[in-house]
Amino acid sequence: MSSETSFALLANATSLPWAALPEWPAAEFVRATAAELDRGARLCAWFGVPGDAGTHLVAIIAFDADNTLAAARSAPFAGHYPSLTATHPQAHLFEREVWEQHGLVPDGHPWLKPVRRTDAAGTAPANGEFFRVDGREIHEVAVGPVHAGIIEPGHFRFQCAGEEVLHLEIALGYQHRGAETGLAGGPHRATLSQIETVAGDTTIGHATAYASVLEALAGTEAPLRAQWLRALALELERLANHTGDLGALANDVAFLPTSAACGKIRGDFLNLTALLCGNRFGRGLVRPGGCHHDLEPARATTMLERLRVAVADTEQAAGWLWDAASVRARFENTGPVFAPQATALGLVGPPARACGLVRDVRYDHPAGWYRLAQAPVAVWPGGDVYARARVRWLELQRSGQFLLEQLATPPDGPIFEALPAPACPEPVSRAPDTLAVALVEGWRGEICHVALTDSAGKFRRYKITDPSFHNWTGLALALRGQAISDFPLCNKSFNLSYCGHDL
Amino acid sequence: MIVFLEFVARLVGWLVLAPLLPGIINKVKAWVGGRRGPPVLQLYYDLARLWQKGVVLSTLVSPGFIAGPAVAWVAVLGAALLLPLGPVGAGLSFRGDVLLLIYLLALARFCTAWAAMETGSAFEGMGAAREVSYAVLAEAAIITAVLALCVHSGSVSLATMLNPAAGAGAVLLAAGLFAVLLAENCRVPFDDPNTHLELTMIHEVMILDHSGPPLAAILHGASIKLLLFATLLVEAVVPLGGLSRPAAAGVLAAGVLVVTVGVGLVESLLARLAFRRVPLLLTTAFLLCLFALLVAWKGGAA
Repeated sequence: MSSETSFALLANATSLPWAALPEWPAAEFVRATAAELDRGARLCAWFGVPGDAGTHLVAIIAFDADNTLAAARSAPFAGHYPSLTATHPQAHLFEREVWEQHGLVPDGHPWLKPVRRTDAAGTAPANGEFFRVDGREIHEVAVGPVHAGIIEPGHFRFQCAGEEVLHLEIALGYQHRGAETGLAGGPHRATLSQIETVAGDTTIGHATAYASVLEALAGTEAPLRAQWLRALALELERLANHTGDLGALANDVAFLPTSAACGKIRGDFLNLTALLCGNRFGRGLVRPGGCHHDLEPARATTMLERLRVAVADTEQAAGWLWDAASVRARFENTGPVFAPQATALGLVGPPARACGLVRDVRYDHPAGWYRLAQAPVAVWPGGDVYARARVRWLELQRSGQFLLEQLATPPDGPIFEALPAPACPEPVSRAPDTLAVALVEGWRGEICHVALTDSAGKFRRYKITDPSFHNWTGLALALRGQAISDFPLCNKSFNLSYCGHDL
Repeated sequence: MIVFLEFVARLVGWLVLAPLLPGIINKVKAWVGGRRGPPVLQLYYDLARLWQKGVVLSTLVSPGFIAGPAVAWVAVLGAALLLPLGPVGAGLSFRGDVLLLIYLLALARFCTAWAAMETGSAFEGMGAAREVSYAVLAEAAIITAVLALCVHSGSVSLATMLNPAAGAGAVLLAAGLFAVLLAENCRVPFDDPNTHLELTMIHEVMILDHSGPPLAAILHGASIKLLLFATLLVEAVVPLGGLSRPAAAGVLAAGVLVVTVGVGLVESLLARLAFRRVPLLLTTAFLLCLFALLVAWKGGAA
């Protein structure tokens, strides 16, 4: 498939000169991208790069079966272009984002409205018009942006006939803080810290993607032991969050035993990350060129012991959940997303794997330590809340096993090597006019970072795609025809990031 | 004078003891979950705190927003006074008082739903709709249970009705009434009193916009209702008539405690039902009470 493509191929966590990207006029570029998507590629990122003569559109696509990525760009232009969304819904949010950021209008886009831009008053996102269902029996329920629990802000607009949801529209942007625009001209001193807080619960995932991008731009790679440490931290992050999610799912159906136990075990996993680097969320561990903290043999042994206990505890807590018929009755057939829909929407991470799609960056596009050691991909059919919970449970088991194995066989060597500085007027360790792409399978799914440097090696454009950006539409679809009272359960089964989407 | 004092003592007893039950349920839940949990007296603290707070009113509401909880609270308390306590009898007793009890509870529900609709909020309208639609089914069950007791005792006065015989009928009645208790008091598996998720709530969502003393009245009323149903359940199943006063009081208290702990255990070990399944369980409760009625009817004739 990828051998026939006219796109420029590149592997995960590598770079490509900007000039090597094929360039087509906008209409031709959209047609070429559509053809690749038809051939089984998947859209990882779609963004604009403004220039003097107009804005380039850039597409990063992934050929999962061929373990390769591909990139292409349009000639700079302004104004209108034929929409890709009309034929490929997975581009839907991307095209809205490009329209909002660069004013390029996708003709034929079915639902063109802002993604996260603030309104005229500058106080809240310009949500635009919501889709409305008319009829005497229809009522509209608006939830948020202020919620009853301690969660992030987002607005959900339901069109209901009685208890049945006919349509759900999700409006986000309340957490928009300019993470991407702040990166232009960078990296700055604060960039790494900002990247770590793109989605605070995915600190390791985003920091690893960022570090990989910088290493790819420098044409180097972190030392092996650093890659090992990053893999450990990434899997610990997955364990902590998946455990928390299972507990939250149990809590939503008022099943106390698992809910109470998982809340505690999540803390145990977070504390293991703290044992590794001193911070429960892994801040300050990953940095371009390697890692900031090493795991000495003594602490590795401690970690191994505590990990065994925590994994066994999780096994017990999850056992209660699966054994309870009342829980199963709530999870099964609730919020189903079907595999064709998931493919069309370009879902990633556990929600995609819960539809039976084998889609995991660690397996499809391995980089870093995952080229040397892999956990089996966790897949479950069905696409409902039960399947999403099951995928999380499978990943918990496999990541736990992976960690136990990896902790027993650490590689030797340094944990940090400064990025080399090539000989140029200003000593920057980044190739000029180069595009670098890094995908990382965070616990929510595929994190995509793309950096394009200018002639001085500074960031001309930095694009972050959090897995939530792909998956929010999946949640809206899962609610079709469901009871509105099941929304919190469906929402929890996706557990998407608001700030990762809003940037 | 003695009668008056006894009436006051009864009133105070209901008012003071009722908030204990939610505390016990929460303690049981905490214990099963391996947590320490809030103090047993937490609801008392909450009521004291709420009583001192101001009231936030929407610009849309009519006086019904305040009147609703007040009327509901008085109605539930009135229903409680109608309930005889073993050999002590009821605060007020007459022929057909059981119907008044049922309708006072219905009035309380109507007032809560009315106050909820006052706000014009989509959530609260939704909650009110859910509350009354499930109440239709729960009421069918409780009326059948009352009928069973009527047929068994040949009376329509609570004082003589709540004097049951042991046997198959009592077991059926206990099961049916326990399900009604859980539904009427918004406990798991029908509702989740702990949830913060508006979209899944039934009862809780109706009182989201209440604050201060009206909210205190609602919470206190709910605890009285729980105590009322627990007492009714125990008396409908355990024959207290033949016992001496202290023994009857002891058995009643023990029975109520068992029911309360039972509610706590159900909440700890069961997930809540999907909404579409709630009618199934309530219909089951109705059928249990119906069979108890048949047993009382045919069993009595044999």
